[in-house]
Amino acid sequence: MLNDSDRIYTNLYGQLDWRLPGARSRGDWDNTAAILARGRDAIIEEVKASGMRGRGGAGFPTGMKWSFMPKESDGRPHYLVVNADESEPGTCKDRDIMRHEPQKLIEGSLIAGFAMGAHTGFIYIRGEYYNEAQRLQAAIDEAYAAGLLGKNAAGSGWDFDLILHRGAGAYICGEESALLESLEGKKGMPRMKPPFPAAMGLYGCPTTVNNVETIAGVPTILRRGAAWFSALGRPKNSGTKIFCISGHVNNPCNVEEEMGIPLKDLIEKHAGGVRGGWDNLQAIIPGGASMPILNKEMCDTQLMDFDSLAAVKSGMGSGAIIVMDKSADVVKAIWRLSKFFKHESCGQCTPCREGTGWMMRMMDRVVQGKAALADIHLLEQVTTQVAGHTICAFGEAASWPIQGMMRAFRPQVEARATDYQPPKPMAQAAE
Amino acid sequence: MSTQVEVQTFAFDDVSEAAVAKAIALYPPGKQMSAVKALLDIAQRQMARLTGIGWVPQAAMDVIAQRLGVAPIRVYENATFYTMFNTKPVGKYHLQVCTTTPCWLRGSDDIVKTCKSATGISSFGQTSEDGLFTLTEVECLGACVNAPILQINDDYYEDLDAARTEALLDGLKAGGALPPAGSTIGRQASAPVTHQTTLLPANGPAE
Repeated sequence: MLNDSDRIYTNLYGQLDWRLPGARSRGDWDNTAAILARGRDAIIEEVKASGMRGRGGAGFPTGMKWSFMPKESDGRPHYLVVNADESEPGTCKDRDIMRHEPQKLIEGSLIAGFAMGAHTGFIYIRGEYYNEAQRLQAAIDEAYAAGLLGKNAAGSGWDFDLILHRGAGAYICGEESALLESLEGKKGMPRMKPPFPAAMGLYGCPTTVNNVETIAGVPTILRRGAAWFSALGRPKNSGTKIFCISGHVNNPCNVEEEMGIPLKDLIEKHAGGVRGGWDNLQAIIPGGASMPILNKEMCDTQLMDFDSLAAVKSGMGSGAIIVMDKSADVVKAIWRLSKFFKHESCGQCTPCREGTGWMMRMMDRVVQGKAALADIHLLEQVTTQVAGHTICAFGEAASWPIQGMMRAFRPQVEARATDYQPPKPMAQAAE
Repeated sequence: MSTQVEVQTFAFDDVSEAAVAKAIALYPPGKQMSAVKALLDIAQRQMARLTGIGWVPQAAMDVIAQRLGVAPIRVYENATFYTMFNTKPVGKYHLQVCTTTPCWLRGSDDIVKTCKSATGISSFGQTSEDGLFTLTEVECLGACVNAPILQINDDYYEDLDAARTEALLDGLKAGGALPPAGSTIGRQASAPVTHQTTLLPANGPAE
């Protein structure tokens, strides 16, 4: 088990003072000017060497992402945008950082902004996190009052403003280009790439979008060194990660653990075990709603990191672990996710707009026992026509839960098939 | 009940004007459209403050469009794309119950059932006879380790069950104020309810 001394988030549960004096007593803002004095390149190299990969879901190497920003400004300002639109079902880690460790995020924003030549940062927080936004704004105000933001931030000689922007209810705004559209005051509809945000992002200017947990971890990495961070976890999957364990466990919780921890250990040590014991486990969604589901046999030996989960055609995503014991109707659980994706499709691309509704209705028929075997196979095939055929990865996100269900639970799903014949061909428009 | 309120005119009051000026000033010159969601939110809160019903009438959207110097459709499309803007009046208490998989696994069906029986509402989207409650089904609220969750206006009520949901709604029906947000079982944020394994206080393991 990870030692408390190796944790980045020592106030994850809000047991201690979240305000600036409390944060300082835990090491935040300790000589930040000296970190910035190392220079842009040294900071980026250190983050690269740490092996930090984006904590929002895609797991892209953070230092490399920063290095895509232009070295010199061509006259356009550079922007840092922090993605705090935490909406992937199962995920509630950034919420804890923002309400209990806000100064880590603010200090990380200054460091990351400096490393990419940005004088302005925006934090895009989901609208439903109203109380969390109030808390974070209070923390930003404290940082300004203490000279840690604004002109000559933290005495570093670098000017840096940090602005909190509230969303208003749209899962798709967690997709980085949709987030930028939303930040510009438009509907959150993803953009075609290229151009990538580092070339043309917010207001057409070079922009990097990073997840809250990625940015908030940076100050600690720079203080304790890349070697400390990369020694934790497994090769190419280094460091610590906040896992959110929900569903059928005895003690649902958030916990920061080492990357690569066995899934079974994580649940038994920290979440009080599966309800009714490990043998009562039926299935786990290991990385938030869009990551393919695992059956018990897969869970028995699964390690929790990006590459180990990719090896079983699933993914670590945001680190949200949704546990289902034997009492759960797995097909209905996946149908509910199909309903989620149908509700949240932005409607821009036809395969997604029409496909998510179709998949939801067909999943509903499987749940209701109104689908023939051929319907189930058709459903499986249709998912492949949505995934990969849309502007953003939402098409994949909506298809993977069904594809994962078919991989891990094929006999159980096919057993639900009936000789049901629909009264007449379905001619139903998407709602 | 009088949810079909016609609102012909709208103007930001002094409280809102201060907030509007502050919101627009956050963005670079010429990028004031970035403040559109903030202005819609300010309008919705003003309606709640002045009329007890938090929603955004079309008249308010038109005022916002004028203020931002854009065509009204640019504001309408925001107001209808984002789910948090109520384009129709809602009850004094907007009950937003999450039924996405993590909440569903922890019993959100019971929360929905209790919300309906306690308010007399028969299906999602309806407002109770007394105008006190509107019930909405929402997607993941992002507090999944504290499931199931009911959001009432700005606040999350976590770790719910049917009995605690009923007590919460009965309190509101009796004219009480919203209790403090958060766990309804006194849990420390997202820590395990018992047998905390990490970040233990210095004085020994927590119960």
